[in-house]
Amino acid sequence: MQFLNLDPDVKVLLPDGSTRTLNTYLLPSALLMIASLMLMISMFVPYWGMTMFAPQYPKGLTVDVYVNHLSGDVREIDELNHYIGMPPLDEGGRIERSISTISIVALGLLLIAGVFVHNQWAAILALPVIGYPIIFMADLFYILYTYGHSIDPKSALGSAIKPFTPPIFGEGVIGQFKTVAYAGPGLYLAVGAVLVVLLGLWFHRAAYKPIVDARKKMKAPQ
Amino acid sequence: MKLKLVSLIVILTTLLAACGGSATNAPTASGLPVDAAAIAKERGLSPDDVSAALKTYMPSGKTDPYIMIASGGQSGQVLVIGMPSMRILKVIGVFTPEPWQGYGFGGSGDKILAEGTVNGKDVLWGDTHHPSMSETKGEYDGQFAFINDKSNARLAVIDLRDFSTKQIVKNPNAINDHGGAFVTPNTEYIIEGPQYAAPIGWEYAPLDQYKEKYRGLISFWAFDRLKGRVDMDKSFQMELPPYWQDLCDAGKGPSDGWIFCNSFNTEMATGGVELGNPPFEAGTTKNDTDYLHIMNWKKAEEVFKAGKTKKVNGMPIIEMDTAIKENILYFTPEPKSPHGSDVTPGGEYIVVGGKLDPHVTIYSFEKIQAAIKAGNLNKDVYGVPVIPLDKSMETQVELGLGPLHTVFDNQGYAYTSLFLDSAVARWSLGGLYEKKHPEPGWKLVQKLPVQYNIGHITAVEGDTANPGGNFVVALNKWSIDRFANIGPLLPQNFQLVDIGNTGEKMKVLYDMPIGMAEPHYAQIIKAERLKPFEVYPKVGWDAEKMAVDPNAVTDPKLAGVKREGKNVTVNMVVVRSHFTPERVEVNKGDHVVWRLTSIEQQRDATHGFAISGYNINLSIEPGKTEVIEFDATQSGTFTYYCTEFCSALHLEMLGYFLVKP
Repeated sequence: MQFLNLDPDVKVLLPDGSTRTLNTYLLPSALLMIASLMLMISMFVPYWGMTMFAPQYPKGLTVDVYVNHLSGDVREIDELNHYIGMPPLDEGGRIERSISTISIVALGLLLIAGVFVHNQWAAILALPVIGYPIIFMADLFYILYTYGHSIDPKSALGSAIKPFTPPIFGEGVIGQFKTVAYAGPGLYLAVGAVLVVLLGLWFHRAAYKPIVDARKKMKAPQ
Repeated sequence: MKLKLVSLIVILTTLLAACGGSATNAPTASGLPVDAAAIAKERGLSPDDVSAALKTYMPSGKTDPYIMIASGGQSGQVLVIGMPSMRILKVIGVFTPEPWQGYGFGGSGDKILAEGTVNGKDVLWGDTHHPSMSETKGEYDGQFAFINDKSNARLAVIDLRDFSTKQIVKNPNAINDHGGAFVTPNTEYIIEGPQYAAPIGWEYAPLDQYKEKYRGLISFWAFDRLKGRVDMDKSFQMELPPYWQDLCDAGKGPSDGWIFCNSFNTEMATGGVELGNPPFEAGTTKNDTDYLHIMNWKKAEEVFKAGKTKKVNGMPIIEMDTAIKENILYFTPEPKSPHGSDVTPGGEYIVVGGKLDPHVTIYSFEKIQAAIKAGNLNKDVYGVPVIPLDKSMETQVELGLGPLHTVFDNQGYAYTSLFLDSAVARWSLGGLYEKKHPEPGWKLVQKLPVQYNIGHITAVEGDTANPGGNFVVALNKWSIDRFANIGPLLPQNFQLVDIGNTGEKMKVLYDMPIGMAEPHYAQIIKAERLKPFEVYPKVGWDAEKMAVDPNAVTDPKLAGVKREGKNVTVNMVVVRSHFTPERVEVNKGDHVVWRLTSIEQQRDATHGFAISGYNINLSIEPGKTEVIEFDATQSGTFTYYCTEFCSALHLEMLGYFLVKP
């Protein structure tokens, strides 16, 4: 780890005259930037997926949900869903997908901003990122609930299916299909980013709190 | 693998002898269940039967490593067969309408079949003979297959991306053929050799003018790979003596640029048994020898490009005199009325089956070239230079009675069908092939009886520059007692033969009945060379043009019926389990253009489309667009419905076609 140790002779001088190593300040910045990068990468991999198995689909039918698009056997799943009067997959979360890219870039920029804000406001800036995976899953649940509760009774088999919510994670059964839903690498990256942000904020506080405190002490009347 | 089988057989035999009808099903050491022995005993299966079953059985879910493309004989179709399981995978409609594929029942197949019209007459059958797959560097490339129709001198192109017929070419100057289809090593040309001589263009000429007016005619059909079509403008023909040329093969390697066709009526017999003349069967076999035709197609191509041709019915023909003058055509004697003319994998030799002579005659391309170079050759009655047999022949191998057709394996052996002996002869090639096998070259190694009357023989890629080995298939003309009696018309018998490894005996593994025609030749390709579509690559695909139809309507919202005067266009979208629109109403006498597009993308989600009373039935595979054009000649209430069981609501997939009086 020697190479990660920056020159130990270079010190940061605090307003109270004490010193800290350079690492103390680089570490939180690096962690926030890594978290930001993880969010960016997550845009290119699926956040969530579902595979449906039935005898006549030996390889199963899969839909991969990215923050900005759907891929996989969407065409065929829609084809099957029309029998029970479920709306096309593409109709759920349209607004979310349309603003997803810009939103994630914004989240990343908030984290980068945190690098330059050397007080407790950095934590406030990171708050949306910490909330992001929870918001994503809540929204996904809402979308799935809406799907399962938008069955058109006039469709071929709509009257035979009771409204339902497909499971967000794990197994479910719809007609002859067994479904398996699972988190994708995108969601893991987002959750990971949250953990890295929390770690970063902890080091951020460790690094900058003494400075903030020292400043307060300096400003306070002697 | 071999060892395992042997040990299996040993174990089975032991079990048969020792434990008899054991009821338990615990696996033995080899993994074979104990009750297998009981089954074998109960069914009276020998150890050889058991190993044959193990070699051919294809468990559910496993697919065959080889695909055989076989002639469909008089059915005018082509058979696609999985090997070694010998299961028919598809019957491709070629010269004959085929309702399952909707070929010839309203869609684009009608146009293709119409190309096969003979002088304005629909000929809706074909006598398919010799399939030939496209080759690159002398090996199958898995892109196209071609087949001829002997009965009307036609050639068809099958695209192996969707295993369907794309083109029929009617030879404008011949009325029958036989020596086709054979391709040159890079599929520059598909060769269609002639059979029974007739005046060029089959115009009338009395038989007493046979020598002067009757001719053989060999066709060189240029193939445009990108378009997947024969290019008539780049194709040409060559006039030959009326000697009834039979089978041909293209040279490869050192003999690339040449083709070799045998012939069987140099006697120029014209029959007339009713007039006291010898019948054809005697007249054509009088001479001791006929002529192997040796033709330089690259030179012929130059002569054609230089315009030294005569146009007949729009086709440029290199006249016989030009062919002789330009050193394109040579003869060499061959034992009378032979069959088969087959070039060895390396292109060094040409093997001709004796049919009425117990030998195969092997010609050396090197010797032929030396003799041509030396010149000073005698001339045939038509002036064609004749290379004496001792200047062209490498050797002869005595195989047995009725040698017809020869194919090759990867171990330096040749396999010749023996019609009269009802056997397959395995014999060793000499020359460079000698080091591949333990036997001396040019020797009969084994004869395997087959059931019965073998015609052609085929081996895994056995007519290419790189044969695959493992199996040959005897394409037997008679089956007599091989199958349950189903009346006086018997199926043919495709017999799968294990050719095993060097030093092992050949064995018959499986009998496959062909109960729809009498096929002739077949070719076997390694399945991995084929890259067919799983579904058509884009929605709105015109399978005839192999491109997206710009007029295809793929959005159900845009589907519907449009009218312009008496012309009605129906744009229909097809998807499980409904047609859009479901009601089409026209007036009697309207001209209807009905365009259907399947927007399915799921493999095997095929729909059919039939209109009652109008002789219409189509197959609409995922992504495919088909266009039907017809006049609404009958008024009334008709239904159209899906004819391919597509889904649980398949019966509900229909519409009403109302024609107002």
